[in-house]
Amino acid sequence: MSSIGFDPAARLAAAQAFFKVIPHSATLGLEVVACEPGVIIARLPYKPELVGNPYTGRIHGGAVMTLVDQASGAAVVHSLDVPESVATLDLRVDHLRPPEAGRDVFARAECYRIAREIAFVRCVCYQDDPADPFVSSMSTFMRNSNRRGSMLKGRNA
Amino acid sequence: MKELIDLVLEARAAGDCQRLVDLVPYARLIGMDFSATKQGLLFRLPFRQENVGNYLLPAIHGGVVAAFMEHSALLQILWNMESTILPKVVDFSIDYLRPARAETTYANCSVIRQGQRIANVAVSAWQGEPDRVVATARMHFLLSRPEEETGAA
Repeated sequence: MSSIGFDPAARLAAAQAFFKVIPHSATLGLEVVACEPGVIIARLPYKPELVGNPYTGRIHGGAVMTLVDQASGAAVVHSLDVPESVATLDLRVDHLRPPEAGRDVFARAECYRIAREIAFVRCVCYQDDPADPFVSSMSTFMRNSNRRGSMLKGRNA
Repeated sequence: MKELIDLVLEARAAGDCQRLVDLVPYARLIGMDFSATKQGLLFRLPFRQENVGNYLLPAIHGGVVAAFMEHSALLQILWNMESTILPKVVDFSIDYLRPARAETTYANCSVIRQGQRIANVAVSAWQGEPDRVVATARMHFLLSRPEEETGAA
């Protein structure tokens, strides 16, 4: 795949298409709402199927994990001039407080360092304000995880 | 209205693993289950197309593997627990060792330490033979009382 540069509209369209073709991302209804160089903002829409505690109605931490993993991986892909496939190496999530039930969750993932083999990402999840997150996360990714050449389409799970 | 913890205790007293899984909508969505074996609880995530993250390999989404492991650890604590408190995840850390392929994923959990307020749990997930580990994870649960419902930390 050739470089698509940092044309904002092309980047956003590419990131949105990337989210739609991933089966589990489509199951959850994850979508990209904004894209800047190295930064992805994604939304996890509230659904009753995602509830972790039926008495509080709060979303399960596991659904938030998928949002964080995917937004963070996409932030790496969209830090690169020429998009390539990446695979999560490790991921840590801190639950700062519970989210409010019945409301969408947003993730803001930022790739702050790209080394030759590894990329480093921090991510927060919030409902109103990224400066007041309920989840904070750090992760690392292997670059070029699919050397058989399928590039962006071949992101490892 | 019965509290979730009462339903958990009923399911456990009846030895009804599936009823415990079915209490949580998200656990049903990913399709996990578990059984009590001589070696302890064995957690299972049968392959489902809807759980795929990489459709070319294909491989299960890393977020689903993490969710499966986190929920396994929660069920393990609930199954062991003597008191009537609902644990909350404080932090969760996962290392991905191999792609989780289009087959059943298994997990087991070790409660490394359970104190008055905090439990530390390690989880291993594998496919095929137990030495084909796809991910390891560790997490802390806060064992708070119901009146301390607000805030995880």
